[in-house]
Amino acid sequence: MADILVNGKQARTGSKTLLEVKHLSVDYLASSGVVHAVTDVSFTLERGEILGLAGESGCGKSTLAYAIARLLRPPALITEGEVLYHPRVRTDETGAPRVSTVSMPGKGPLARPGETEETIDIMTMSSSELRAFRWTELAIVFQSAMNALNPVMKIGTQIMDVLQAHRPEMGPDARKQRALELLKVVGIAPDRINSYPHELSGGMRQRAIIAIALALSPEIIIMDEPTTALDVVMQREILIEIMRLREEFDFSVIFITHDLSLLLELADKIAIMYAGRIVEQGTSFDLYEHPRHPYSYGLLHSFPTIRGPRRNVTGIPGSPPDLRAVPKGCAFHPRCPFAFAPCSSILPTLEPSNPQTPEQLVACHLYNTNLHPAGSPDEEEFAARYATLAERSKGR
Amino acid sequence: MNALDQLQTPSDARPETPIMEIEHLRKLFPLRQINLFGPQRAVHAVEDSSFALYPGRATALVGESGSGKTTIARMLARLYDPTSGTILFQGKPVKLTRGAALRQYRRHVQLVFQDPFSSLNPVHSVEYHLSRPLRVYGHARNKREVTEQILTLLNRVSLTPAEQFIQKFPHQLSGGQRQRVAIARALAAQPEVLLADEPVSMLDVSIRLDILNLLLRLKQEEHLALLYITHDIASALYFAEETLVMYAGQMVEGGPSEEVIQRPKHPYTQLLLSAAPDPDRMDPNQRGLGTLPTRGEIPSLINPPTGCRFHPRCPYAMPVCRERFPERTDVGNGHWTHCFYYGDGGSNTEQPPLLNLAVPPTPRRKAGRTQEQPDYPEMKENE
Repeated sequence: MADILVNGKQARTGSKTLLEVKHLSVDYLASSGVVHAVTDVSFTLERGEILGLAGESGCGKSTLAYAIARLLRPPALITEGEVLYHPRVRTDETGAPRVSTVSMPGKGPLARPGETEETIDIMTMSSSELRAFRWTELAIVFQSAMNALNPVMKIGTQIMDVLQAHRPEMGPDARKQRALELLKVVGIAPDRINSYPHELSGGMRQRAIIAIALALSPEIIIMDEPTTALDVVMQREILIEIMRLREEFDFSVIFITHDLSLLLELADKIAIMYAGRIVEQGTSFDLYEHPRHPYSYGLLHSFPTIRGPRRNVTGIPGSPPDLRAVPKGCAFHPRCPFAFAPCSSILPTLEPSNPQTPEQLVACHLYNTNLHPAGSPDEEEFAARYATLAERSKGR
Repeated sequence: MNALDQLQTPSDARPETPIMEIEHLRKLFPLRQINLFGPQRAVHAVEDSSFALYPGRATALVGESGSGKTTIARMLARLYDPTSGTILFQGKPVKLTRGAALRQYRRHVQLVFQDPFSSLNPVHSVEYHLSRPLRVYGHARNKREVTEQILTLLNRVSLTPAEQFIQKFPHQLSGGQRQRVAIARALAAQPEVLLADEPVSMLDVSIRLDILNLLLRLKQEEHLALLYITHDIASALYFAEETLVMYAGQMVEGGPSEEVIQRPKHPYTQLLLSAAPDPDRMDPNQRGLGTLPTRGEIPSLINPPTGCRFHPRCPYAMPVCRERFPERTDVGNGHWTHCFYYGDGGSNTEQPPLLNLAVPPTPRRKAGRTQEQPDYPEMKENE
């Protein structure tokens, strides 16, 4: 136990990186052809960070998240890549307490014996390692709270179920105690522990799901459109709750949504996906201030805002490509108002677009001075090009 | 013509006569009696709602789920019978009609449903879906006319090339395309009133705008009266000239969209606005989303709170709010609200807007959009 504590201190002071996804590719082997759902995706997730994955339906964002959790089953196949997880070595009550109000007895380290660094490749884990990894280190909040809860089990039982499976040493009383604690943490009255899911409203159900995800104090929580089915007021309540819990328990979040307006307020970093690839990533502030990729610009201008001058909102004409036959070169070029010759033949790579914003990466030839010597477009040009595109699509 | 210009052209400021007037509409859904001798129980879905629809104008009905907005649309489409109240269509009251008279009414008033995945029959082609209204309402007499009109319809909703879409089945279409087919089906009846029940909420954000712009264009071209039901208050501002806000079956605020959304009066409208996503509120130096002024949800409508149904959540609730629902108070510029804070009936333009839940924490504007005063022309006032 002693050396774990030492390691624990090292890990706590060590690197900030929690998860590194490197060149991840996922295919679905369909009878009508191979669907390249995720292609060559790389990003890093830092501790305590909220990373937003945004894109239209069918862009591979959910597949990517499930691949990270190794939840995909055939016909899905992870063809390439690694997901490196840098766990913080857990300490028990004698060590530095990790969480303030919720403490978890007996949370041991995950590192396998013989491994020098704490780094683990999730893609090479065996099924028993996966079982220990999932939910202890990485939890998922699924899209539809209605379907994710078992309708014939009380929500208290469903929380205790998780504890029973992962913390066999806990007694029934301790489990119940913990379940009550968790309900309180997410803002459900503890006397609801004996309620069935149908007795709760949509927002309460979503909170219950978050309580289950928090049960083992994971490091990463993947949230797959957690608020899409909820009303705006309830959605905001849940998001405020998530932000508060994150401050308190210091977990990282991968937040998947198609609603960019929401993500801008919530996330620290945003990755925008199109046809299975990340086309742009950066801090949400940079992305909002100066989107570089024409697709990001289109997404940002496809919702009206409440305040300020009425923006001309255009949307993006056309629809996302069929992933069985992704267009050659940049997959966005058939819909892109800026498309020029190299776009249909050369695949752009993620590069910093501007020396002033080295963290903002974009995969677009407009920023490649060799291919596009005219220089990168400014916001006015973006607006003008999209306006003519919208005009043309209407004129048909 | 672009959608923004359409909005800003003062569309014949105040059309002469409303095409549809709704007065004191009420709907109860009776529940099964548990105790035979107990009082009759019911879901009080819609209480005393009055408004009007004008040709060439869009009216947005905003509220959370369970606020009764879909019930109103369904009553207007005559899918439900109102418990009380009148619906006037072209000045004549719509009776509880059946058969041919009802069909005649539906020729004029069409409904577009929320979910294009379930509103189209999966075993029928686009051609069949569009040919039914054409035949039923007698707009086409023979096969050639039917095909001709279907092609025109598909072109009007920008499903091109129309010849390719005509033989497709719903599963071969994307969500946006399905919703276009659903809109084309509604247009096939050549209606004067189009009721759109959350037409874009099931669609991807990037496609929503296309559909909204299509509806705006149709409104302009066909001089349609549109009722746009939504929970997204930002799109109401973009889309509709007039906005009505509902809470738990009661209409709490209404008026020109610009007025209602930029200067909300009722605490519930302010709550809705403070909950709506707003990237301009984003602050790079600060984490967190701020707070909501009030929590809670829409109450059960079986035993709704008495008086103003928002009072259990309202931070400004007064004893009188519990007793009865306030009368409509005019707050100027055609903007009205049902809130005791602003008075109880009559008009009150003097009252300073003390209630202010929806103030964002120092809105940050983008460079180039810094002007404090929006530079679009004021909407035409009602009075």
